[in-house]
Amino acid sequence: MPEISSWQPTASLDNLRRRAALLADIRRFFSERQVLEMDVPILSRRATSDPHIDSITANCSGEVAYMATSPEFGLKRLVAAGIGDCYYLGKAFRNGEAGGRHNPEFSMLEWYRVGWDDHRLMIEVGELLSWVLKIPKVYSYSYRALFLQHIGVDPHRASFEELRAEVARVLELSFEPAGRDECLDLLMSHHIEPNMGDGITLVYDFPATQAALARVEEDELGVPVARRFEAYVKGMELANGYWELTDAPEQQRRFEADHRYREDNGKPVYPFEDRLVQALEAGLPDCAGVALGFDRLLMLACGAGRIDEVIAFPIERA
Amino acid sequence: MASYSTNEFKGGLKVMLDGDPCSIVENEFVKPGKGQAFNRVKLRNLKTGRVWERTFRSGESLESADVMDREMEYLYNDGEFYHFMEPESFEQHQADVSTVGDAAKWLKEQDICTVTLYNGSPLAVTPPNHVILEIAETDPGVRGDTAQGGTKPATLVTGAVVKVPLFLEIGDSIKVDTRSAEYLGRAKED
Repeated sequence: MPEISSWQPTASLDNLRRRAALLADIRRFFSERQVLEMDVPILSRRATSDPHIDSITANCSGEVAYMATSPEFGLKRLVAAGIGDCYYLGKAFRNGEAGGRHNPEFSMLEWYRVGWDDHRLMIEVGELLSWVLKIPKVYSYSYRALFLQHIGVDPHRASFEELRAEVARVLELSFEPAGRDECLDLLMSHHIEPNMGDGITLVYDFPATQAALARVEEDELGVPVARRFEAYVKGMELANGYWELTDAPEQQRRFEADHRYREDNGKPVYPFEDRLVQALEAGLPDCAGVALGFDRLLMLACGAGRIDEVIAFPIERA
Repeated sequence: MASYSTNEFKGGLKVMLDGDPCSIVENEFVKPGKGQAFNRVKLRNLKTGRVWERTFRSGESLESADVMDREMEYLYNDGEFYHFMEPESFEQHQADVSTVGDAAKWLKEQDICTVTLYNGSPLAVTPPNHVILEIAETDPGVRGDTAQGGTKPATLVTGAVVKVPLFLEIGDSIKVDTRSAEYLGRAKED
């Protein structure tokens, strides 16, 4: 690392100007659609429950606080309070996530549409991406269709042994996969994503075990699936959306299950967002929400290969 | 022995994998948004030179490999072993044919090369990037043909074959880039 230039931004000034323009474009996109920009805390007394996302802790007036890993809890509490369609465009923080497409501090766009389901929101995600990236064609596949096409197995029905055999066929691992979901994650991130092609690809109906905060419903084959979708462009995961869970007891159960998973796997355990459960008890209107990695969208818009080409001061220089 | 976790993996780090010392070539953090984090790592096996691509769970660690590069003077070949000496300590090391490998065709006595030691014994030999060697065999020189024009193969005293300009003759000394086996120019006679 040449110390002499470490005060300088890693991103070119051109890319930083595009960053400003893209922020303005996105705000215009939502303003034209009457979606309100909301500010939510990024320093919070509660943390994510997500089994695979770690929070960065802070010390605030002698108490532990957590840097928000996404604005979802704040936004959902506002939707439950009756704010209506809204979005957040700002910082989120995830501990340990650093690499070509990751920086522990990054920018996220997240928005909620009241009365919409995941399929209606997928259309809007496609519209936003097409408009920003000038890619007209949007493809959408179910998670099952994508696996059948690329790997030839039904991800909802294949046994652990079958999935493990597929992983062994396409990848060399230093460990034994611990379960079906780990196999599915490996196949998706190492094999399917890089082969998705150049267009905008929307994937819906994820395995029920990967529902996170999405509703679970039966698909046309009677298999319970998560009403969750993701968006990919050029093999890069850009967005993750849900038809939101509005069932308070179910939300409480999922938080507790995540909690146990984290304990059992020796991961830091944080206080979960009990106020979201209260908000759901009070009544979250039917809605769909999606989070989109702003820096990655900018990478695609600029043709950048690494996230530090679009962030002025990534963690090494922050 | 120290160990390194996946988030410390970076190019050039020497680690043990499947019992062999390896050098990390590339490390990419891969994380599905709601899934588990992995590291997709390319490693060069320092014994075989083969590149492995392995996926690790983020946070896994590997033991460091006791591998170091040392500058050494090449002394001689006794028919079975190649002998090298550390210039400061005068400590000598011997390496067999398979360890020296392709480097053998560039080794000239008294040249300084890089010997990679693993647990104190030679694991690989890297010749200097540029060497000056004499032509042992080539077709007769073509008079009047200077720097430009065609080339012909020339066998050097160490056995390497290099493409050289037509005007060069047996006994001429030339400078060669050992990484590409490319002729760089005529060496000045001292």
